[in-house]
Amino acid sequence: MNEDLPQEYGPKWSDQRVERMLGALVCGVVALLLALIVTVFVHAWPSFAHNGLAWFSAGGDVEEQLNAISLSAQTSGEYVYTFHAWPLIWSTLLITGGAVLIALVSALFVAVFIVEFAPEWMSNILQPVIRFLASVPSVIYGLLGVLVLVPFIGNHLVTEEQKASVAGVISLTGYSLLAAILVLTVMIAPIMVSIFSDGLRAVKPGWIEGSLGLGINRWRTTWKIGVRSARPAIVAGTVLAVARAIGEAVMLAMISGSVAFAPNPADGLIFIYEPSRPLGPTIVKNIDQLSSPPFNATLFSIAAVLLFSAAMFSLAGWLARRSMRKYLMP
Amino acid sequence: MESSTQNQTLTVPPVPPPDQSDPPGAHQRKGAVEGSATWSLTDRIGLAICWALGLLFCAIAVAIVVYLLVQGIKFLRPEMLWTPAAAGFDETETGGFSDALFGTMIVAAMGIAIALPTGIAIAVWLVEYGRPTALARVTESTIEAIAGIPSIVLALFGTVIFSSTALGFLSRSSEGVVFGRSFFAAAAMLSLVALPLIVASVREGLNSIPRHVREASYAVGKTKAATTRRILLPTCRPQVATGAMLGLGRIIGDTAIIVVLLGATQNFAPVEGAAFPFNYLRGAGTTLTNFVYEASPTGNLNQPQKAYAAAFVLLLMVLALNAAVDVVHRRARKVGTWSH
Repeated sequence: MNEDLPQEYGPKWSDQRVERMLGALVCGVVALLLALIVTVFVHAWPSFAHNGLAWFSAGGDVEEQLNAISLSAQTSGEYVYTFHAWPLIWSTLLITGGAVLIALVSALFVAVFIVEFAPEWMSNILQPVIRFLASVPSVIYGLLGVLVLVPFIGNHLVTEEQKASVAGVISLTGYSLLAAILVLTVMIAPIMVSIFSDGLRAVKPGWIEGSLGLGINRWRTTWKIGVRSARPAIVAGTVLAVARAIGEAVMLAMISGSVAFAPNPADGLIFIYEPSRPLGPTIVKNIDQLSSPPFNATLFSIAAVLLFSAAMFSLAGWLARRSMRKYLMP
Repeated sequence: MESSTQNQTLTVPPVPPPDQSDPPGAHQRKGAVEGSATWSLTDRIGLAICWALGLLFCAIAVAIVVYLLVQGIKFLRPEMLWTPAAAGFDETETGGFSDALFGTMIVAAMGIAIALPTGIAIAVWLVEYGRPTALARVTESTIEAIAGIPSIVLALFGTVIFSSTALGFLSRSSEGVVFGRSFFAAAAMLSLVALPLIVASVREGLNSIPRHVREASYAVGKTKAATTRRILLPTCRPQVATGAMLGLGRIIGDTAIIVVLLGATQNFAPVEGAAFPFNYLRGAGTTLTNFVYEASPTGNLNQPQKAYAAAFVLLLMVLALNAAVDVVHRRARKVGTWSH
């Protein structure tokens, strides 16, 4: 150890110096995040400035608008920015909402199962399974969706009458909301399960034992005491899963159908078989247009909306958890 | 000498943290487990749903592994691993995906080489220094925010920084226009994807070391920096390894950043006139995820058989990382550090 002394006690690795170096690095990371936010919004500004709130509204065909934007950069000096993103936003809402709802309910049951009810051998299997499902790359989910789930939906679930009934509007090939929601559910549920089960494990044993001592059975105790006290973890897990779902681009680009179409639930159950395209995949699919200034602004405006909504969910989650502080372990 | 000092720090007898009465993971049912026979019908239905969903998740995982295993064995030819992709009319002519395989390794190595030291440094600062408190709060939120940023947004941000003329030396440039797509650009942005996982894991490790260990070290005259380097970091090596492997998994699994920042090509595109490693690293390239994406029916190549083969290789990598995390956890428990 002695040969280390000069180095460790010398001015090179003195405490103040190390602290300052680490502090500078930390400040650098914080600055990087600020730079990211500013950059995205600055680049997005032309699109928002030209469209105003109409950016979020419906109107016209999104594909045509994107074509016009890309054409305007090549032909005249006058850039076109007109872009009404509602079909993309609606598709994001439907897919994210559907997947998060299904994943939330099933993840809650599975987390309760792992922590409280599964026999030893079962939870020993389930935990690695959940970890594995969480670590499978999204492109593999996308590939399996495209090559297995989409043909199955297209060939077996959608009937010929259904295909004929919307033939003039859109073709039902299996690339659908249903496929997107199912695959996204499998992607985000494991994230929820692992955070939920951590929360359930951290519930004070005394609270559970108190309820059991009053003669309430394990099932009711778990749901009334365990799940309730684990609410901060449930909020945290859901927020993380929502952020992942909103930002998912590649898997959805593969199986959502990539048509800027807004499925209408008022049409009946057929809407879950209809293709659409959320915000994220729109960026991926049009990424080769990035060098044209108006298209660049449009893509960054989509990114800005994604960034903003992810941030808002984090904020909402933080506020919700603040009001639940009493449930947290001291 | 080096190894003996590290052994000393590891063979300190395990002391359970005094202030934690019920560490996470130690929560176990005690005594006889109540059966469900006395429950009302709704409760028993609920338990049945639990079993059904648990078995469903297992079935999905088994289905993914078995299906990709079958398809992988059917379509993967060993020569694909060392044949670069080529243009061709059908799948017999288009070569393999060696460039994608190497690309994944390069990106993973570069990404983790940036993320690991940064992540450890941030975690050390947060746990050991953390003053002023306001900056520590801001840093925590920053790390959380980075974890929540969609990777496609990170990718777009990357195109802006790496297209700037100041960073032209990191990618291809011609006549003052910087291409902005290179292994450097992709790895830098991918390191941000891995960073939150590493910080969280290392922080957890540092926090699990009881206070008296640090005090003992200070008492024999060690500085804070020396304590961190000689005692604390070696002790939480399992967590560092776990964080690194979780980060690696995210890096090799990410597609959006690769599609945007590594260029739409299936081969290495080295930059002329640069020294050996840098001509490749400054050029565009591809990774397995990008290859799978492009080779899927919705991509530009549309070669489902190759996509299955590449996806199988990718899945094997992910499984290997998962297994490695398990091994590290088990060994950490056996060695008996303060981590649980």
